[in-house]
Amino acid sequence: MNLSVAISMTRGAFNLTADVRVTGNRIGVFGPSGSGKSTLMLALAGLERPDSGRIVLDGRTLFDSEKKIHVPPEKRRIGVVFQHTHLFPHMSVKRNLFYGYRRIPAADRKIVPGALIEVLGLGDLLDRNVSGLSGGERQRVALGRTVLASPRLILMDEPLTGLDRDLKYQIIPYLKKVLDEFCIPMMFISHSMKEMRLMTEEVLVFSKGRVDECLSIEDLARRNMATGDRSYANLISVNDPKPRNGLWQYAWGKNTLVLTEPGRTGGNMFELSAKDIMLFKRHPEASSARNLLTCTVTGTFVVGNRLGVELDCSGEKLVCQIVPEAAGELDIEHGKQVVAAIKATAFERVF
Amino acid sequence: MTFLSPQDIQAVLLSVRVAVTATLISAPLGFAVAYVFVYLRFPGKSVLEGVINLPLVLPPVVVGYLLLIILGRQGILGPLLERLGIQVVFTLKGAVVASVVVGFPLLVRSIRIGMETIDRDYIRAARTLGAGWFDSLFTVVLPLSGRALVAGMSLMFARSLGEFGATIVLAGNIPGVTQTIPLSIYDYTNTPGGDRNAMVLCLVSVVLSFGVLMVSEASARSLKKGRNP
Repeated sequence: MNLSVAISMTRGAFNLTADVRVTGNRIGVFGPSGSGKSTLMLALAGLERPDSGRIVLDGRTLFDSEKKIHVPPEKRRIGVVFQHTHLFPHMSVKRNLFYGYRRIPAADRKIVPGALIEVLGLGDLLDRNVSGLSGGERQRVALGRTVLASPRLILMDEPLTGLDRDLKYQIIPYLKKVLDEFCIPMMFISHSMKEMRLMTEEVLVFSKGRVDECLSIEDLARRNMATGDRSYANLISVNDPKPRNGLWQYAWGKNTLVLTEPGRTGGNMFELSAKDIMLFKRHPEASSARNLLTCTVTGTFVVGNRLGVELDCSGEKLVCQIVPEAAGELDIEHGKQVVAAIKATAFERVF
Repeated sequence: MTFLSPQDIQAVLLSVRVAVTATLISAPLGFAVAYVFVYLRFPGKSVLEGVINLPLVLPPVVVGYLLLIILGRQGILGPLLERLGIQVVFTLKGAVVASVVVGFPLLVRSIRIGMETIDRDYIRAARTLGAGWFDSLFTVVLPLSGRALVAGMSLMFARSLGEFGATIVLAGNIPGVTQTIPLSIYDYTNTPGGDRNAMVLCLVSVVLSFGVLMVSEASARSLKKGRNP
């Protein structure tokens, strides 16, 4: 996807100015509520007309105030997954799913409905009425409906907000699977750093109606290390859970981790705060921490008065947060070996 | 037949014909006007709203008289109608026109209330899925205002069945041509010994109106059922 947006619009007291160019396929739009994220989405979809500027997607001008171009939403082929799904209440799941599909020329239909219905696990729901669906089912139908219209870009406006925690992270694998399998570029709007980390690669950062920088999601997460209330979170995907002395043992690449959290079938992802990792110069003989990993320092970065240490643990990446004084005592430098101690209770389940 | 005289039967059939015609003509128009009021913003909107709603508050006789001034042979549109060969005054057309004008605000009001409850994001969703404006109107707005449309149409139908004031001024009270149930009842009450016939027609009126209510309730229920099983 190659998207360039240079627009400004005023709605009442609210003013939005955006001047960005993005090229990735997994773009996040990040910012607090009311910062203009949704307004940008409406402008991209053609549902709101900016006061001035230009929007060009993959060489096609969608809006140009000087040339008086404003492509109507139905001609843009930009799909939107709304926060509140907006499934048509008077139609069955099947009719909802095929609403967009029926409206595009056969030559533009890139998605095979059967395959998508299978990926999203919607087969049993087709004849149901939408009012009887659960939150997660509704969101899957909404996603399917948008994808079946073979959009050139999908905008997702806080699609996970409003779903309960468990459901939220159950949907994410579906989202990723669909987007990967059908190669659809996406813009993901959210105020949740964790959702952003799971869904996107690059992020447009909004504040007070302005957007002018595009960061990698990793940079954004690290930048928030000193200011964010949760520090930097390592997202650790583990598998092969086995019970062990009342605890659970997981495989993390070539490493073995011991956690208090019981394993589940399917995916297991945990969040590990960078400040919950303690570094030792040499292997301590014994420790209360159940995980002692020998790692190599691959880099450092400074944020405020903290130091982020990038570690390589037998091929897996970890970021640990310490203070510069500790770094001096540990002789932290590139290539140096250290031992990371992590308590079994430090891991918090994502899904 | 002892129960209803041939003239009464004619009046009942005329009433039903006028009410059905008026309702069917008004329904698409009422839907369009309600759409304009709910979704569009333009200068002079409140004036237009006032004009449409005026028959609701004006005495029907006044409405009839104004229509006579506009549509009569000497009226503002008289020469135009004459050239087209259309005669409104003292014909069935006049009765229909009177019913349309008087019942229209009720119809629009009802549809509008239903339409206002439709979340605009449904329309937005339809547009981003490739439906043009017209398409979204027929596949989203119309079905979602179905109940309100049925309610409005039954109100309009009932109002047309009972229309008296505007009809008598514009269409007159000609048995077999423009004499509907209310006009017929009016005639009977002015005739010595006509009370029994008046009573019978009143009964027919009650039955008809009750029937309309039942049909409207039933269709509203089935529309609702289609949405939430």
